[in-house]
Amino acid sequence: MKLRQWLAPVAALALVVVALAGCGGKGGSGGGANEIVVGVYGSMTGNDATFGQSTKGGVEVALADLVEQAGGKIGGLPVRLVVEDDQGKAEEAATAAQKLINQDQVVALLGEVASSRSLAAAPICQAAGVPMISPSSTNPKVTQVGDRIFRMCFLDDFQGQTMARFAAQNLGLKRVAILKDVKSDYSVGLAQYFTDSFTGLGGKIVVEQAYTAGDQDFSAQLTAIKSKSPDAIFIPGYYTEVGLIARTARQQGITVPLLGGDGWESEKLIEIGQDAINGAYYSNHWALDMPDTNLQAFLTKYHSKYNSDPDAIGGLAYDAARVLFASMQKMATEEPAVFAGLGSAKAGTPERKAALDRLRDLIAATQNYAGVTGSITLDANRNASKPAVVIEIKGGKKVYNTTIHP
Amino acid sequence: MSTFLQQLVNGVTWGSVYALIALGYTMVYGILRLINFAHGDIYMLGAFMGLYASRWFHAAENPSPVKALLVLLTSMLLSALIGMLIERLAYKPVRKSPRLSALITAIGVSLLLENGGVLVFGADPKFFPQLIPQKTIALLPGVTVSNQQLIVLVVSIVLMFALRMFVLHTRTGKAMQAVSHNHMAASLMGISVDRIITITFMIGSALAAAAGVLVALQSPKIEPYMGIMPGLKAFVAAVLGGIGNIPGAVVGGLVMGIAEVMVTGYLSPTYRDAIAFVLLIVILLVRPAGIFGKAVTEKV
Repeated sequence: MKLRQWLAPVAALALVVVALAGCGGKGGSGGGANEIVVGVYGSMTGNDATFGQSTKGGVEVALADLVEQAGGKIGGLPVRLVVEDDQGKAEEAATAAQKLINQDQVVALLGEVASSRSLAAAPICQAAGVPMISPSSTNPKVTQVGDRIFRMCFLDDFQGQTMARFAAQNLGLKRVAILKDVKSDYSVGLAQYFTDSFTGLGGKIVVEQAYTAGDQDFSAQLTAIKSKSPDAIFIPGYYTEVGLIARTARQQGITVPLLGGDGWESEKLIEIGQDAINGAYYSNHWALDMPDTNLQAFLTKYHSKYNSDPDAIGGLAYDAARVLFASMQKMATEEPAVFAGLGSAKAGTPERKAALDRLRDLIAATQNYAGVTGSITLDANRNASKPAVVIEIKGGKKVYNTTIHP
Repeated sequence: MSTFLQQLVNGVTWGSVYALIALGYTMVYGILRLINFAHGDIYMLGAFMGLYASRWFHAAENPSPVKALLVLLTSMLLSALIGMLIERLAYKPVRKSPRLSALITAIGVSLLLENGGVLVFGADPKFFPQLIPQKTIALLPGVTVSNQQLIVLVVSIVLMFALRMFVLHTRTGKAMQAVSHNHMAASLMGISVDRIITITFMIGSALAAAAGVLVALQSPKIEPYMGIMPGLKAFVAAVLGGIGNIPGAVVGGLVMGIAEVMVTGYLSPTYRDAIAFVLLIVILLVRPAGIFGKAVTEKV
């Protein structure tokens, strides 16, 4: 009993000491060396973990390039990545952005993939004046948050149009059912854009059903869809649920093609869906078998580093990091005095603020950048306009089907 | 009409999973008056044990029903052992404490299993191997059932009957009933209460593990947090049927499954999770003891 009474205050004291030690690190430059810190946040774990892991992989290859070409330094300062896991949750994405900005004093953020999570972090970056480049969030609202938010990919209005055109013109379908994730900005937006385009092309949406990410059972929705006998089902969701939905659909005797968007882009899609996913089509940012020299060079590099093929999410993250590095390199050569503000020694100073403003302008001025996911030119709304690729899943492989231009 | 029947089939298969999980809740509650909040996490562990067992038996490479059965039994056995460990290490020390301490311990164990699961298995979803290739069987024109759904249903029914026979017709089962009535009196009759409680936890955990493997069989995505929602809903199912009552848990589970599927199919999937708790509120207002429960006056 004596011991316990004595233990409590000691434990409390220890906690205070640890907390204070933690505070001491804040605002400082970590190791004390002057460096450029870049933040990466994404779903390293959770329901769609391959999104975050691919993003991290792509950014790391870009950093490896920088190490090879310039010793990992820009303007004499070493570049360091800080990676935060948001577990696939919007609220954690906001926390990760706060931490990266306030604690790690990053000069820019790379992420997220899922639009809902980009939308949670974007206002924080905008308010702090830190540029954020989302490699692969396609919902239009993401870059509308403010002038600090950029993206490297096409938008959902175009993506919805792509699949609608593909369904109506290439596949000749008339009646399509939609099964969307009601809690995802991406899914709801894409479903709407698809509906608009498809009905504009003379098609009909026969039924719209919904689910929530994390659901295990989709039989009720698919039975309801089956009763309307559509020509195809459009599922603008993320790969985990899509794989399960495909299995349940086949189990219920639904044999029509399944259509989707870039949220399907993961190796895991085929692992979960297995045979059920064969014969499905989805719109994507690239196809691995496209004969593009930049793309093929990146594939070789990625393969030698990770011994696996990257997905489009990784490719877009690579491009996002390269655009960021290129903007910083330009600043370092043209305006070294302003560039110095990006160093961690200047965190929280007016010089940092000026440097961030300049960095924003330089990223916004990106034109005809030869990326692995196509040529990148950012428009006045900080979006990249790119063609979309339609991929067909055939015998457990992703095969290039066609390219649709804006 | 065929759509309605198909939805009914969907509801019954999904409900039988809830029923299996609800059985464990109800048994433990019947004997200890403890709501074992970690039960949903045992369901999760069961699915993971199944995953490791199927790797161990190489069940995915050339699937056969025998291997699938082996996987199921191994998972049930391992989970029963985990259930026993949890009971010995976490619940037994607080058995004499107020009931609230035990409840809080249960929540603690639940969090430990979930986050321990993240640590050991990783937080990203794992994919359960295809132990039995999927086939579709037509029941009526427009009404189909897959062989996997049938397996879920059949295994659930077999396990529920086995449990009923065990409780009603074996010495240990009768001892369980005695303990559920009164610990003190049962121990005076020479029943080892500790042993019975341990067995109860083992059986409950094995049933939850079976549910985990069965769900993973047809919906092959498993992750450490997968037990939270089914756990809560199975708890509602147990309350619905009358907590502590074994046939009640089965009926409660089926009612829950059918209600969920019907709401999703005919109203809106956004109400799917809501319906469980609406049912809970309704039953607590209308018939607090549950469908099969008997109102018992509190002993003073």
